[in-house]
Amino acid sequence: MSATTRSIPSLGDLTASRQASVETDGPCKIEADRLNFFYGETRALQDISIKIKPHLVTAFIGPSGCGKSTFLRTLNRMNDIIPGTRAEGKVLIDGSDIYSSGVDVVQLRRRVGMVFQKSNPFPKSVFENIAYGLRINGMAGSKSELAARVEESLKQAALWDEVKDRLHDSALATSGGQQQRLCIARALAVRPDILLMDEPASALDPIATQRIEELVYDLKKKYTIVIVTHNMQQAARVSDYTAFFWLGRLVEYDRTDRIFTAPTQKLTEDYVTGRFG
Amino acid sequence: MSGAAPLTFEGEGASRIAWRRRFDVLFQVVALLVMVVALICLGTLLWDVISDGSGRLSWQFITGFSSRRASQAGIWHALTGSLFVIIVTAVLAVPVGVAAAIYLEEYGGRSVVARIIELNITNLAAVPSIIYGLLGLGLFVRMMGMGRSVLAGAATLALLVLPVVILSTREALRAVPRSLREGSYALGATQWQTIWHQVLPVAAPGIMTGLILALSRAIGETAPLITIGAVTFATFAPDSVWSPFTVLPIQIFNWVSRPQTDFHANAAAGILVLVALLLSMNAAAIWLRDRYQKRGLA
Repeated sequence: MSATTRSIPSLGDLTASRQASVETDGPCKIEADRLNFFYGETRALQDISIKIKPHLVTAFIGPSGCGKSTFLRTLNRMNDIIPGTRAEGKVLIDGSDIYSSGVDVVQLRRRVGMVFQKSNPFPKSVFENIAYGLRINGMAGSKSELAARVEESLKQAALWDEVKDRLHDSALATSGGQQQRLCIARALAVRPDILLMDEPASALDPIATQRIEELVYDLKKKYTIVIVTHNMQQAARVSDYTAFFWLGRLVEYDRTDRIFTAPTQKLTEDYVTGRFG
Repeated sequence: MSGAAPLTFEGEGASRIAWRRRFDVLFQVVALLVMVVALICLGTLLWDVISDGSGRLSWQFITGFSSRRASQAGIWHALTGSLFVIIVTAVLAVPVGVAAAIYLEEYGGRSVVARIIELNITNLAAVPSIIYGLLGLGLFVRMMGMGRSVLAGAATLALLVLPVVILSTREALRAVPRSLREGSYALGATQWQTIWHQVLPVAAPGIMTGLILALSRAIGETAPLITIGAVTFATFAPDSVWSPFTVLPIQIFNWVSRPQTDFHANAAAGILVLVALLLSMNAAAIWLRDRYQKRGLA
């Protein structure tokens, strides 16, 4: 064991970030093109370019503060609500730039759903949590249609059987894992095509985590899923593609099996083998 | 020795911990003493007022009007005046104050204009009430020709409590966690939908607490209403927003300044009515708040 292998690589080691050729062909759902993002004067993302494929799970990994969550939040412009931030560059969803003027952020966010690290159910009933998105988007004409959509969403999130008898109890009375699945159901109710998940299982116990992971696996048939995780085993288990971020840069992006077994960047290898981070 | 030894400290560590404990106890005793002193003051005051005024409290006193004879004087005109003025004040101040707070907190952002407005509101909250009285006299009574009416008085009081309403509403809005707003935005909600459906229900109990404090302040105000010319001798109850009026604190002030001691008993009884009015207003607001809180979580 030599001590030198444990040292954190410097930015000098990082040549142009490498992306496997495989991801450039075939259909592409989300594409970032030299995206830079700033919190005030601080540049949090540097020239991120990536193409994310439809109906697959793409995982973002990297040490804390590497920009993976920030990048995820640029994909539905959730960072817009933080004062003093700005994005430069392009993010294309189905070929159109979501940062161009004239884009309706409200429409965008309905299409690009999001689940947060800390589950954040509304302080209302289970039913109302799901119905809210449908109501504000005018997506349910009648009461029966609303109820049907709520049931459908809860079933998709594998939560229906657990809450069907207490739909009108407070959502805050359910367990942590149930609350997070409720948040997933809430996001699915408005029928997005993309689902962004920001460390959705980081606050959950192993069993609840497993249920979320199984859910992700099921959901990719219908949705394009991007998941941020600090847990590399989780990335390896649930994702088809993995992107490794470091200091606001995209270091390597490839099929998940290759990222974990044959990374081409030394930095990636050091990270996935646990030498730093 | 096997087994768990009790956790002990020796030497300097032990004496320091003992000192910290003593300090803890000392602090509790001091805090308790301070509270007892405050309670004794309040209790004495209340007792004094009750012993002076309870003899005068009667149905005749509550439903009677001003009179030159203390034993026949009542406070119906002042009680209805107070209620009328405070309701109109609330109608004027609450929507404007809450809306202003929503603008400043949710839409104003960190723009220079928003910051200047914010600074000014904080300063306005500290302006003496007599200044508002002078403003009300010039603006509402004279310029806008409202005369010495309920409306002029309520408008003056609304101005007076507006900064308090705005500041407390902003605090309540700020206490709503960002995660809740994000959850709403992420579903494609507009800013207004997020505020109306998620932020305001969660902030409502806090907003109501602020409103209670603000209106409680307004109901006890005397100086600005004297300035704008509220009457002190009335044989009628106000019947419209254009009526002349008086309020309880002014009636009490008027009785206290009379030389005859009989009127002092009337003043004490008037204070009891004012206190009862304040307490029932607060109780109603607390009841409303709790009901809202429960409904929000159901």
